[in-house]
Amino acid sequence: MAAALAAREAGVSDVLLLERDQHLGGILNQCIHPGFGLHHFKEELTGPQYADRFARRVREDHGIEVSLCSFVVKLTKDRELSYLRPGALEEVKAGAVILATGCRERTREMIPIPGSRPAGVYPAGLAQKMVNMEGWIPGTEAVIVGSGDIGLIMARRMALEGVKVKAVVEIQKSSRGLVRNVVQCLEDFGIPLYFQHRIAMIRGRDRVERVDVVKVDDQFRDLPGSGFSIDCDTVLVSVGLIPENELLEMAGARLDPKANTPVAEKVNLTSIPGVFACGNACKVYDLVDWVTRDSELAGRMAADYLGAGARA
Amino acid sequence: MTYDVVIVGAGVTGASIARELSRYRLKVLVLEKEAEPAFGVSKSNSGIIHAGTQNPPTSLKGWLCVEGNRLMREEIAPDLGLNFVQCGQLVVIFDEADRPGLEKIKKEGEELGVRGLKLVDRAWLDANEPELGPEVKAALLVPSAGIVSPYRYVYALIENAVKNGVELRTLAKVTAIARVQKGGFYVEASGRVYETRFLVNAAGLYADEISAMAGAPTFRITPRKGEEYLLDKKREHMARRIIFPMPTAESKGILVIKTSDGNPMIGPTASDTQDKEDLSTTDEGLAEVLRETRRLMPTVSKSDIIAYFSGLRPVSGKDFIVRCEESAPGLVNAAGIQSPGLTAAPAIAVMVAGILKERGLALAPKEQFHRLRRRPAHLFQVPLEETRRLIEKDPAYGDIVCRCELVSAQEVRDAIKRGARTLDGVKFRTRAQAGRCHGGFCTTRIMKIMQEELGLSALEITKRGPGSELIKDDRK
Repeated sequence: MAAALAAREAGVSDVLLLERDQHLGGILNQCIHPGFGLHHFKEELTGPQYADRFARRVREDHGIEVSLCSFVVKLTKDRELSYLRPGALEEVKAGAVILATGCRERTREMIPIPGSRPAGVYPAGLAQKMVNMEGWIPGTEAVIVGSGDIGLIMARRMALEGVKVKAVVEIQKSSRGLVRNVVQCLEDFGIPLYFQHRIAMIRGRDRVERVDVVKVDDQFRDLPGSGFSIDCDTVLVSVGLIPENELLEMAGARLDPKANTPVAEKVNLTSIPGVFACGNACKVYDLVDWVTRDSELAGRMAADYLGAGARA
Repeated sequence: MTYDVVIVGAGVTGASIARELSRYRLKVLVLEKEAEPAFGVSKSNSGIIHAGTQNPPTSLKGWLCVEGNRLMREEIAPDLGLNFVQCGQLVVIFDEADRPGLEKIKKEGEELGVRGLKLVDRAWLDANEPELGPEVKAALLVPSAGIVSPYRYVYALIENAVKNGVELRTLAKVTAIARVQKGGFYVEASGRVYETRFLVNAAGLYADEISAMAGAPTFRITPRKGEEYLLDKKREHMARRIIFPMPTAESKGILVIKTSDGNPMIGPTASDTQDKEDLSTTDEGLAEVLRETRRLMPTVSKSDIIAYFSGLRPVSGKDFIVRCEESAPGLVNAAGIQSPGLTAAPAIAVMVAGILKERGLALAPKEQFHRLRRRPAHLFQVPLEETRRLIEKDPAYGDIVCRCELVSAQEVRDAIKRGARTLDGVKFRTRAQAGRCHGGFCTTRIMKIMQEELGLSALEITKRGPGSELIKDDRK
């Protein structure tokens, strides 16, 4: 939304905003905790409030056509797009394309955590969506894998809903999350955080029953005799984010194979002229405020590109 | 009411027998203990339609495999709309000293009637299978091997059997079997009793227990665990064929497998266990699979792995058991059906029908047997123009639920109409939740569609049946 609005301000007359979900705002809608906008708006907002500030402006702007439930299935290097929406397969050609496709969560399978495959193992973001969007409480006793911000915030969120959060297990020596989140989400709730530990086994046939935890050394090797078990019915996995750049890959852009981010000289650029990537699809940010700042820049870069194209 | 045949187990063996018997004027009932068909041994099958090689030429499973392969290619796949791909396989050797072993496999395969077998040298492999490891010296090319989706195969069989009048009861675990004085059996399953003239035991890991309940404690099933690791679709073309090493006494070895969904698979391990419920994967299993497959194909990387699971092969001795039991007249066992059971299933079904006929079951063909089944539409399998046509017919094909695997709301609804009752059932039929994000984005949407279609509360939705509920409380 920030890129669309910035492109409009920079003189682009006709913007099509494609959103695959049923509403604007993406993952912000499920982030009902405060802490958004301290830099951009100089006030503390929740995720939905932050998103709504942009959604209002987008809806009022008649130069932006919003198409929800619209899923792009094809993107070419010549900026031809095909997208599906309920009732139609649409094909458009754009002067410039900005990809603001965000991230997906790394999963249990990518670590990988061994054991059985019962119900009750969820990516932390899915659990957040269940609790905050649907009012569905996924379990009664939880262990959280990973101490990034999403894991920390979900530890607090589950605790607030009456779920007993028995541990946050982190394989590294320190948390990747913000210090304020370690304090506000774990310490204030008395939730133990185990550094240099990993889940060695998930147990339970139909639903999670227990996890085996083991301490590791600096080379991530198990320390013999350090293992213990925690009874729980839920495991939330919060082990990082991966930019969703499958469309860029389809168009033939160069991607860093490890980070799955576009390879280019500057932020927001890709190896294909006229195709930009912004926000968490470009690189994983700590704060939404910086996503907004760089996405607005992407909107202006696309406008510049179109201006240059028109002059040529 | 008396059934002509009760089949215990709706895996590929039971489903194939049900579909075969549905050609005839019979009352047939299938009892399945799990929430859906294919949820036992079959769901962890690798999906290989074997040619028949790597089996002793005198074995029952050898000729059932060759015949099953033929039936799949010529009848089952076209009739049931299966996405069967005859990609072929290679059995490779790392040591010239193994060449006589390779020639023995070729000779034994030819004795069983496998066609087109050919020894190929390193130059041929360089040209045709360029990602093979440098240690590979030569290989046996087996062109008639192929791949199919194991669960979609079972669902197709069951759907077609049900369309032809077979009854299916799920969550129906057989707890007792008693002989009827005048012949036949009473079968108790989940609190109900069914009377039948004949009993077909296709109960997979529990076939020994079912046979014993019916009065024939004649064999034991030992589970042999196999861990399998699925790779990202981006690696789809690393191998053009299924790649086998030389078989060992216990198994066909750890392979590089193509799957009909595109994701290559590596595995399986093989270790005997006593626990019929142990479906865990282990650090050791992963290390073994990576070590062995990297000899075949060094480009395989741990970071390619997107999913993994374990399966249990129901092993009883070295061969299949397909026979009637003198100590329990009316019982036909189809047991110990480990590899190559998925391939052999249609031939086992014909054999079981033959045994039933010998034992006095009249096989009178139905006037109208619906041989064909319409293939469900999957966006991931069709070109964009076909997608356009589908959306014009039904707008919900344009409503994408699963972004990783491109699955629409209409496909999820169709899967539920065809029998999916659980999230795994939706996943196996449609691939929704089977991709890179593992349902991170689509799970709640699928749960809501299931609520609408099945009239369930959110608390009742399960991953794979009772006990695997997704959520514990609904505060809406």
